[in-house]
Amino acid sequence: MKQILTAFGCGLLFGAGLIVSQMSNPEKVIGFLDITGQWDPSLAFVMAGAVLVFSIGYRLALRRSAPLFASGFSTPAKRELDKALISGSLLFGAGWGLAGLCPGPAVVSSGFGEPRVWAFVAAMVSAMVLVRLVRQRATR
Amino acid sequence: MTIVNFTPISALAGGVLIGLAATAMWWLMGRITGVSGIIGYAFGARGAELAWRIAFVAGLLVAGVSAIVAFPASVHFIMDAGYLGAVGAGALVGAGTALAGGCTSGHGVCGISRLSGRSLVATASFMAAGFLTVFVVRHLL
Repeated sequence: MKQILTAFGCGLLFGAGLIVSQMSNPEKVIGFLDITGQWDPSLAFVMAGAVLVFSIGYRLALRRSAPLFASGFSTPAKRELDKALISGSLLFGAGWGLAGLCPGPAVVSSGFGEPRVWAFVAAMVSAMVLVRLVRQRATR
Repeated sequence: MTIVNFTPISALAGGVLIGLAATAMWWLMGRITGVSGIIGYAFGARGAELAWRIAFVAGLLVAGVSAIVAFPASVHFIMDAGYLGAVGAGALVGAGTALAGGCTSGHGVCGISRLSGRSLVATASFMAAGFLTVFVVRHLL
C-alpha cells in the first residue's frame, strides 16, 4: 500500500511539474526544438532544474543502505553503448519533434481531453509492446 | 535565430518539481523515474510490480485532469499534429524509447544526473533528432 501511495503521489508531483513547466504543451516543446527559427529556450531550464535537484537527491539517498519502502535500489544494469540505444533515441527524437510529445507529457495531456493525444498514446503503447515482443522472440 | 516566448521561472520551477518527484521515487522506492519504462514494463508485470506502475501513471493522468478542471485558463496546450501525425509520432516515440530503454525522464533527467554514459549518448541523440525533425518540418517542407 505504501508503494502504491508513493508511486501515485510521485506521479501527481511529476505531472504537476510537467504542466507548470509546459513540457506538456507541444507548441512549447516544438518552440524549444526550433533552434534555427523562433527559438524558445525555456525547456533547457526544465532540464536544468530537474537535473540539479535529482543529482543531489540521487547521491544523498545512496548514503542509506536501502530505500525506505523497498529492499534495494534498482540501478539500471546496462553500461555499454549499443546500436539499439542510438537508433532508438533517434527514432524517439523524430517522433518528439513531429508531435511535440514525449511519454510523460503524453500521459499527462491525455487528461486534457484532446482525442489526438489519445491516438498518440495508443500508438505509443502499442509500439512499445510490439518492440518488446519482437526483441524477446529474437533473443530466444 | 530570434528568442521568443521565454518563460525561465516557470520552466525552472516545473523542473524542480520533476526533480523532487524523481528524488522521492528513488529515496522511497529505489526506482528510477523513467516514464517510458514504467509504462512499457507494466506489460508482463504482476502483483506489486504492476500495481506501483499503474499508480504512477494514474498520478500523471490525475495531474492532467485536475489541472484542466481546476485551472482551465492557465493550462497551455496547443498541438498542431493531426490524427495521422499523432499516430505516426506516437509509434516512433513508443518504438524508439523501447529500443533505447528510456526517454526524456529516464535518460534525460535521471540518467544525466547519474552521469550515465548511455544516457548522455541517448539524450544527445534524441535532442539532435528533435532539432533536425523540427528544422525539416518547419523550414524545409
